[in-house]
Amino acid sequence: MSENTIADRLRGEVEANDVVLFMKGTPVFPQCGFSNTVVQVLTHLGVQFKGVNVLEDDEIRQGIKDFSDWPTVPQLYVKGEFVGGCDIIREMFEAGELRPFLASKEITLETA
Amino acid sequence: MAMNASDIERLIKEALPDATIEIRDLAGDGDHYAATVVSSAFTGKNRVQQHQMVYKALKGSMDADLHALALQTSAPEA
Repeated sequence: MSENTIADRLRGEVEANDVVLFMKGTPVFPQCGFSNTVVQVLTHLGVQFKGVNVLEDDEIRQGIKDFSDWPTVPQLYVKGEFVGGCDIIREMFEAGELRPFLASKEITLETA
Repeated sequence: MAMNASDIERLIKEALPDATIEIRDLAGDGDHYAATVVSSAFTGKNRVQQHQMVYKALKGSMDADLHALALQTSAPEA
């Protein structure tokens, strides 16, 4: 029962926002190095995103792991699709794949 | 709680017997590792699916025993 509720909440979150980063801390004040790395990459590319601080909500902190079948945070969602955690985002960025991927999802990049 | 590099390698090998595994202890504290895993089982899988296969092999250790495992996965080059 409560599992459905949290899954519904998370689904609503990733469907309502084009780019959602589940993270420890906030985009302005990340509280974990891995979350910080993804924030830096997204900021560098000029991606507008919504940060969800899992440290503020135990239900989300556990729920997002089950929802994505992924054991760690951060987790990046684009247009409702789970893209990856810190390693994958960094690897995509370094391989030059992240920008075209975001463009293919029609995410606006504000180049600095 | 910490975990040995050899334990990580053993668990991955059990699930992916053909895997080539390279593990580095990043901080020397048995708690922060980087692993590179190459296995034919990854062929045709995207990165998320590849990482999920490794996490499953570690059977929940990612939550309980390992603080950080930086992961890089790929299929063998044809």
